[in-house]
Amino acid sequence: MADFDQELDASGLNCPLPILRAKKALAGMESGKLLRIVATDPGSEKDFEAFSRQTGNELVSAGKEGDKFTFLLRKA
Amino acid sequence: MTDKKLAIIATKGTLDWAYPPFILASTAAALGYQIQIFFTFYGLQLLRKNMNLKVSPLGNPGMPMPLGMDKWFPVLGTALPGMETIMSIMMKQKMKSKGVASVEELRDLCLEAEVKMIACQMTVDLFDFSTDDFIDGIDYGGAAMFFEFAGESDICLYV
Repeated sequence: MADFDQELDASGLNCPLPILRAKKALAGMESGKLLRIVATDPGSEKDFEAFSRQTGNELVSAGKEGDKFTFLLRKA
Repeated sequence: MTDKKLAIIATKGTLDWAYPPFILASTAAALGYQIQIFFTFYGLQLLRKNMNLKVSPLGNPGMPMPLGMDKWFPVLGTALPGMETIMSIMMKQKMKSKGVASVEELRDLCLEAEVKMIACQMTVDLFDFSTDDFIDGIDYGGAAMFFEFAGESDICLYV
């Protein structure tokens, strides 16, 4: 029932590691596939928005579950 | 996607000052930038195989100290023997507990992302360093070599 193709758990990691791990995960994915990212770094909210704008990988959704931030990126 | 260029000059060799060049370079690499870092003077410490970097409380009034030590600890106390080692160990532990990457990890990520690192040949000679002291995969060159890239960069930072 997963509505994504790959998941990256960046919990406990601080700036800039969630972005770097996401970049690495995306590199191994095909265009159009969805990557779900879970992070605890509060800075990641703004960072993933900026990452999406600068790399062209669409930020399909961003949300918060408890103390965790979740992001869904579509590989460009 | 972007073909922007980031040029950084790294001149400092302490644990705290090692972060800005490597964090900015690795992040820029993830955003698709081409990057060169020119390491000169104490910045050369950041290219050594065994970095063993330290942070010094001495002459650093902006450094937050644990347990409110900065409120009552005499400035001269920061000059006590062993103080630098203790503060460096505490800083590394704090960074680890907060999920901050180690400098080694960030440097490896930069190398992996093909960030071009240049050791300033003049200062390598000045401090009698040998190329054996430094990690593999770096270049050696002078200011003119750096300017070839920096002159066309979108962002140029001096750290």
